Amino acid sequence: MKDTLRKFVKSIGLPRLIITLMFIGICIAAIVLKLPFGMLASDVIRRFGMFGILALAMVPSIQCGTGPNFALPIGIICGLLGSLMAIEFGLTSKALGYGFISAILISLPFAILTGWAYGLMLNKIKGSEMLVATYTGFSIVSFMQIGWVTLPFKHPEMIWPIGKGLRVTVSLDSTFGEFLNKFWGFSIGGVYIPTGLLLFFFGCCLLVWLFSRSKSGIEMYTAGANPKFAAASGINVDKNRVLGTVLSTVIGAVGIIVYSLSFGYLQLYLAPLYMAFPAVAAVLIGGASTSKVKISHVLIGTFLFQGMLTIAVPVANQLFPEGNLSEVLRQIVQNGIILYALTKVGREA
Amino acid sequence: MEAEYVLQMKNIEKEYYGNRVLKGVDLSVRPGEIHALVGENGAGKSTLMNVLFGMPVIHSTGGFSGEVYFGGEKVDIKSPLEAMELGIGMVHQEFMLVPEFTITENIKINREITKDNFLSRAFKNKGLKTLDRKAMSQDARKALDRVGLGVEEWVTVAGLPVGHMQFVEIAREIDKTGLKLLVFDEPTAVLTESEADNLIAGIKRLAESGIAILFITHRLNEVLQAADNISILRDGELVGTRRKEDTSVTELAELMVGRRIDINGKEGQAEDSEKREIILDIRNLHVDMPGERVKGVNLEIYEGEIFGIGGLAGQGKVGIANGIMGLYPAKGEVLLKGEKLDLNNTKGALNKGLAFVSEDRRGVGLLLDSSIELNIVATTMHVKNKYFKKLGFLNQMDIRSIREHANRMIKELDIRCTGPQQLTRQLSGGNQQKVCIARALTLDPNVLFVSEPTRGIDIGAKKLVLDLLVKLNKELGMTIVMTSSELIELRSICDRIAIISGGKVEGILRPDDSDRDFGLMMAGEYKKMKEKEAM
Repeated sequence: MKDTLRKFVKSIGLPRLIITLMFIGICIAAIVLKLPFGMLASDVIRRFGMFGILALAMVPSIQCGTGPNFALPIGIICGLLGSLMAIEFGLTSKALGYGFISAILISLPFAILTGWAYGLMLNKIKGSEMLVATYTGFSIVSFMQIGWVTLPFKHPEMIWPIGKGLRVTVSLDSTFGEFLNKFWGFSIGGVYIPTGLLLFFFGCCLLVWLFSRSKSGIEMYTAGANPKFAAASGINVDKNRVLGTVLSTVIGAVGIIVYSLSFGYLQLYLAPLYMAFPAVAAVLIGGASTSKVKISHVLIGTFLFQGMLTIAVPVANQLFPEGNLSEVLRQIVQNGIILYALTKVGREA
Repeated sequence: MEAEYVLQMKNIEKEYYGNRVLKGVDLSVRPGEIHALVGENGAGKSTLMNVLFGMPVIHSTGGFSGEVYFGGEKVDIKSPLEAMELGIGMVHQEFMLVPEFTITENIKINREITKDNFLSRAFKNKGLKTLDRKAMSQDARKALDRVGLGVEEWVTVAGLPVGHMQFVEIAREIDKTGLKLLVFDEPTAVLTESEADNLIAGIKRLAESGIAILFITHRLNEVLQAADNISILRDGELVGTRRKEDTSVTELAELMVGRRIDINGKEGQAEDSEKREIILDIRNLHVDMPGERVKGVNLEIYEGEIFGIGGLAGQGKVGIANGIMGLYPAKGEVLLKGEKLDLNNTKGALNKGLAFVSEDRRGVGLLLDSSIELNIVATTMHVKNKYFKKLGFLNQMDIRSIREHANRMIKELDIRCTGPQQLTRQLSGGNQQKVCIARALTLDPNVLFVSEPTRGIDIGAKKLVLDLLVKLNKELGMTIVMTSSELIELRSICDRIAIISGGKVEGILRPDDSDRDFGLMMAGEYKKMKEKEAM
């Protein structure tokens, strides 16, 4: 009995089990408290689609052997830059998805270039990627504090009415805000299904999955799984690490555009600072480790983590009206899971 | 009654997981005697020393049987600390010194002489006492003088030549009061010849002062130079103890190698191999592989033969295949069927029809957390673009053909597994090795390099792997270059065996050549001996 139980826990993974149980517990609490089910379900689905691509950005970086991409803010900054430029240049016609497509296209060259440069840097610090990545992410966000003020953006919707520089949040109401959510969106039983958002997310997952089964994808996986094996097979390990980093940065850029679109605002300045952590936490909850990840981990993890957080907010507010309990819960789960994953590093070997 | 022997080990037996590595070894050392312990890698020298020092690795694997007497009394040494307290010291092969510390500090490490100060008095804490540097320096000086090292005691270790570092280690050991027995673990391995002579003179001086010396080495001429008595270990057995006066390098070489099992592999083929075509011509190959440097190897390998590369660990035999495959920086010339091979280019080498099964099976040879099938095809997918199908503009891995191939390999090589999707981490060593060989075979190579194919796998599986190599050679006519530390394996399946010593080819032998020649070549004495005979 004890053995079968232990096997069961091992096959699911302790963190995934705990979060699943918490999620179910919170769902039951929500039903007991008679919270509006339709609204909560719509919210869970929306946040699932919204965060999913950011979590997906972890896949190439883990597969190529550089570990979870804690430097996701690099990609995020590129995505934000792309969005801002799309609006600034007025590339927001309907054919361009009200700016959505142009934002992605403009952010691509930035993401590829910075990802490439960052990948070269990662090759020089093998072994301590995660620590360096975290601080690279912090640094780039801080650096862009200056950028957001000094970059010559002129569009009245984006800059402060008085003074200089971009606003802290830029509304996307008049441009591509909610574009994907409304695309083929429909309501069923009081639950709103943002079809376009989900399709786009699944489409991205499919692309990454296809890539991982292609020649380049398998080489990248090999380089990440065992660099010595890869070298003995004539695979250029460093090149594949750079490739993985570029892909992760690009997906991060696309991810933040989709996130902002669904959120309705571009968040500048300090907002990207901690964006990497929920994404890392999501794939880890989904069952990934710092060296192994599958697309299913992204789907399961994002759903569980975001679902739990979404429902926890109203539940916590009902039970404990005072204070900010759901935010505390988010921090505990998010940082706890990352800590848990880090304690496992190197122990699998 | 004064004990005649300072150390007596009687009938020591030790098993690691059912594998008997020591089979009733006796060893006796008198005070003031220099006793040498010689044997091949894996003969049981280190295990015997681990037993003597009560290393945790012995006790965590079920202990040993037999008796150890020290100074005439039966002792049961449970930890290196106890061994030290009894008066047994060790000079390690890799220096256990702190480079940034001075010689004095290194000699006195963890045995510092201290004096009270107001803090240590106030807190009654020994850790707060001040170092008595003057007393420490005096002690260090005394120890250095005893080993005959003229360097000032306040110099830091970092910049010292290796020969001097060795002396610092020895000084540290003799500074321990009550040292009765000092063990040297291959002390001359990293020294130049003059440094080694120096060291041996130092050791002799120590022995004269009454300390017993146990000297582990495989340099046979040194043994005769330094030791009074010599014990030879082979395969966990004590095959003989000789007095220096009664023996010779030749006899020691013969005892060290010995014939253990009968040759059962190849017969008849060896005669005509010279007439065959040269498939691989290695000229003046240098490989910069740490710990296994190759310093100018010349070899001609004939098509369709099994060529063995043997030699002791650290002599460079492993570096040859690694260098040709481009895993470590190499220079020189390698001709494959008369065509020049681009060195330092792994993909190029694989493309030209060379394949390599690494000696580091778990480190280099396998993707441990991936399936057997991916392990088998990964290299070929990259090098030959095989096992893909087109899906629009995308190329996708072709699961069906991969599975087919993996199943065929599993059947042909008899890989015991639950199926092609099992992770290689879960396989036994022998089956992992077969997966590595399957990966190499998938490349369809002309020449297969196999390094240490039987390392760390059990005896039954060893035979299977060797049989497989013979089968590949006979049925497919594949040229196989096998590197192994186990001479007996090489002699059982190879047509010719090159022995590498000091990064160079010492000589090429046939499997049925005498033990004496093999032993001399392993010890690097063969050429010198021949030169002497010629004169």
